[in-house]
Amino acid sequence: MSTATEHATHESTEHGENHGASDKQYVVIALVLAVLTAIEVSTYYVDFGPLFMPTLFVLMIVKFVIVVSYFMHLKFDNKLFSYLFYSGLILAVSVYAGALATFKFFLQKG
Amino acid sequence: MADTAVAHGADHGAHHTTTGLSNNKLGMWIFLGSECLLFGGLISTYMLYKGRVGEGPQPDQIYDIPFTSVSSFVLLMSSLTMVLAVSAANRQDDRNTNLWLTVTAILGATFVGGQVYEFTAFYREGLGFTTSLFGSSFYTLTGFHGVHVTVGIIMLMALVGMVRRNRIPGSKAETVEMIGLYWHFVDIVWIVIFTLVYLIPS
Amino acid sequence: MAIIERPSADVAVAGAPTVVKPSEALGVFKRPAATSSWKDWLVTVDHKKLGIMYGVAAFFFFIVGGLEAVLIRLQLMGPEGKVLSADQYNQMFTMHATTMVFLFVMPMAAAFANYFVPLQIGARDVAFPRINAFGFWCFLFGGIFLNTSWFLGGAADGGWFMYAPNSSTLFSPTHGIDFWVLGLQITGIASLTGSINLIVTILNMRAPGMKLMRMPIFTWMVLVVQFLLLFAIPVITVALFLLSFQRTFDATFFDVAAGADPLLWQHLFWIFGHPEVYILILPSFGIVSEIIPVFSKKPLFGYPIVALSGAAIGFVGWGVWAHHMFSSGLGPVSVAVFSLSTMAIAVPTGVKIVNWVMTMWGGKLTFATPMLFAIGLVVQFTIGGLSGVTHSVAPSDTQQTDTYYIVAHFHYVLFGGAIFGLFAGFYYWWPKIFRRQLNEKLGKWNFWLMVVGMNMTFGPMHILGLQGQPRRMQVWTEARAGEGFFNLGFWNFIASTGSLILSLGILFFIINVVYTHKSKKVAIAPLDPWDARSLEWMTSNPPVEHNFDSIPNVDHLDEFFHRKYEQDANTHEIKQVATAEEVLADMNAHPDEHIHMPSRSYWPILVALALPIICYGLIYNRLLMAVGAAFLLLTMFGWAMEPATAPDDDFDPPAPGEGGGTTKELAPLG
Repeated sequence: MSTATEHATHESTEHGENHGASDKQYVVIALVLAVLTAIEVSTYYVDFGPLFMPTLFVLMIVKFVIVVSYFMHLKFDNKLFSYLFYSGLILAVSVYAGALATFKFFLQKG
Repeated sequence: MADTAVAHGADHGAHHTTTGLSNNKLGMWIFLGSECLLFGGLISTYMLYKGRVGEGPQPDQIYDIPFTSVSSFVLLMSSLTMVLAVSAANRQDDRNTNLWLTVTAILGATFVGGQVYEFTAFYREGLGFTTSLFGSSFYTLTGFHGVHVTVGIIMLMALVGMVRRNRIPGSKAETVEMIGLYWHFVDIVWIVIFTLVYLIPS
Repeated sequence: MAIIERPSADVAVAGAPTVVKPSEALGVFKRPAATSSWKDWLVTVDHKKLGIMYGVAAFFFFIVGGLEAVLIRLQLMGPEGKVLSADQYNQMFTMHATTMVFLFVMPMAAAFANYFVPLQIGARDVAFPRINAFGFWCFLFGGIFLNTSWFLGGAADGGWFMYAPNSSTLFSPTHGIDFWVLGLQITGIASLTGSINLIVTILNMRAPGMKLMRMPIFTWMVLVVQFLLLFAIPVITVALFLLSFQRTFDATFFDVAAGADPLLWQHLFWIFGHPEVYILILPSFGIVSEIIPVFSKKPLFGYPIVALSGAAIGFVGWGVWAHHMFSSGLGPVSVAVFSLSTMAIAVPTGVKIVNWVMTMWGGKLTFATPMLFAIGLVVQFTIGGLSGVTHSVAPSDTQQTDTYYIVAHFHYVLFGGAIFGLFAGFYYWWPKIFRRQLNEKLGKWNFWLMVVGMNMTFGPMHILGLQGQPRRMQVWTEARAGEGFFNLGFWNFIASTGSLILSLGILFFIINVVYTHKSKKVAIAPLDPWDARSLEWMTSNPPVEHNFDSIPNVDHLDEFFHRKYEQDANTHEIKQVATAEEVLADMNAHPDEHIHMPSRSYWPILVALALPIICYGLIYNRLLMAVGAAFLLLTMFGWAMEPATAPDDDFDPPAPGEGGGTTKELAPLG
């Protein structure tokens, strides 16, 4: 990563819009994701008790949002992209959760 | 009341659009929104059927979490290399663009290799496609994901070739970015699958 | 005799690229240059040509589906009918519904959307013209593929919603259902790619000043439909994959013995299936929202409400799917929830009816054929909607479901609603597309025969259903038919007779088309025969290939109307200030320079061709499948290498004797 790149990125983050994170920041984000994954995997080895499901769900969602927001640039792009993508996602979750609910999926013991 | 001749389509490079957003990028995000419905259906089918194992093995008997964790990590890192490729493309740095695209493809291929190994291992341990509902839905869900990764790898390799020969119609950086969006999506689907399918035992 | 005639010579043309010398090709072969032969249709990416192709193909399938319907009605015309065996009957009702839904109504709406949305928003084409062409060929090849099953062992016979496990190879051993599954996957690709295309087009390619709330309602409804398609098609894709994996690879998704739940199919199908019915009706709602104001000489009442209620229908439509499953054993909580949501969706739909009626109220009505069909939709859809409301009440639906009462409901909304709307569109837009107005007298015969036929066919079905005649019943006997007013045999006879009258009505449409184009007495239509309001009328007949010589600036809703008429500030009188011809001439006085249209391409049809090859291979021969897959890969590469708009030197020179390359060479009139 040349200083020229970092300088260019620094400039553009002042303007807000286009360029999101620098290469170095991307690596940091990737390390964060790796750590989160490690915590996820640790649930296989360590007994989290009642925190098991919530931890996994939270980690899954956090990782998902980080990749979408930073790697896919959604945080820095026009909000229309966010509306379009998240409406598909929310629709999918709602509709399929609804269908599973009719199967009493959420009432059964794990 | 003559209209001023607005030069729509007059310029070849920058496309003027009503929202100011690129057609290609808008199209890709819309497509990814619809893919959520596709994978949602496959995931729901799996969730419904994961406990129906018949005579065959159960999920927690067959999953190799350490192995799959490494696979997941590989795919996650491929997202990093993809984003570095996009960054290089934005800088018009063809050499590094191709470098990072190739690394991404290699990491993706490693992931797919891991999937293939996993499938054959499971099969040998008694979980076939037709063994049980768990088997059918597991292989269908992860198989669809694997096919998506494979298609992504093909696109990455094609892109490398086209960048090298300067044969990309349209904006190079934008094309790399669009393939990047697809690649990251495939990664986030795996983030969901890894948790719901592997880490939450049946 | 050409139905499509060259644009008239008095419209200025700008910036057409001229003939150039051949040089090194970018693609495998050089780009096809324009010709006036049939070959042009194979390589076109022009949204208007594609619209016509969608329309012709869809109408062909309409006739196929109609014949299937008539056979059904002939079988049920009298007791112990011998027209169709039980097995043939199953195939007939399955294919009738599949054809009508997937191969007629959806593509016909696509025909109108393709032709008119770019014109209505002031664009020159859609965002991805080659993908547009690809979508058409997918639809055509998918529809043909699906119908070859008739000749290859029998068509699909599990009903159009193909419930599992009845759809498994155990109960349906022929390849019919495999053809159904794969054929719909191919046509599904057309719908999905088309939806991405139109959404990007509508969001990104509007003329300056064309805000979302200035778009014609037809475009609005098309936008909502595209979002419905975008999110619904993947769901049926999943269902179809699961079924095909079961049938072809022995997966156990719907194998009850293995522990499968048949309701999985029902959920997946209806999560698609309910948005699907809004996909079927909303375009027709859009069409009549254009027509009623024009023939009432009044602006649409409550434009924002009409636009937003369409969006509301699209949104709420995702929450009602299990009303198709009330008697499937869902349990009281689920049934109650979906019953309530279904009642809710009647509201935005009813709102539209009110808006249309209020548009007509106090207007200066003229009853040309487009308006007749539009009013027909309003009346008949309301009837169908009322029976729909009775379905939303789950206890009463428990009696109605799977009877002819349901058949009555959906034919009133689909035939009386969607199809009448499409016919309204035919009559309304025919002069713009084909330069001639369909004959009014024949049009009235067409309309009235269809109204009488439709109501005679489907009206009695309300009685038949409530008296217990189940759906998909192959034959009835005198002994079971009952007595007096409710003699089911009598009403079946009436319904069947009605279907023949309905067919006659449709024949009158065909006669009208043939007469209009063959007769020497029919005049060339004026630019604006109906005194319309929206931008697609601000073009030549038919529009030139590049649609507008100069892209208009839009300052109003109903922009075209506002260019023709002004309201006097003092007297509030509306006066005409320009004719359509003057408006057009004014707009064309300063044409845009350097108009670059997307170039023709042979890749869309080639890539589309790979799909049925793969599917035949999947059914019959894995080697064929591999060949198809290789062909797909190669053609996709070819497409990827080709720029959307070819540089000038990538064309073959035209054959000697033809006009200049892609120049819009003008044939003189007369």
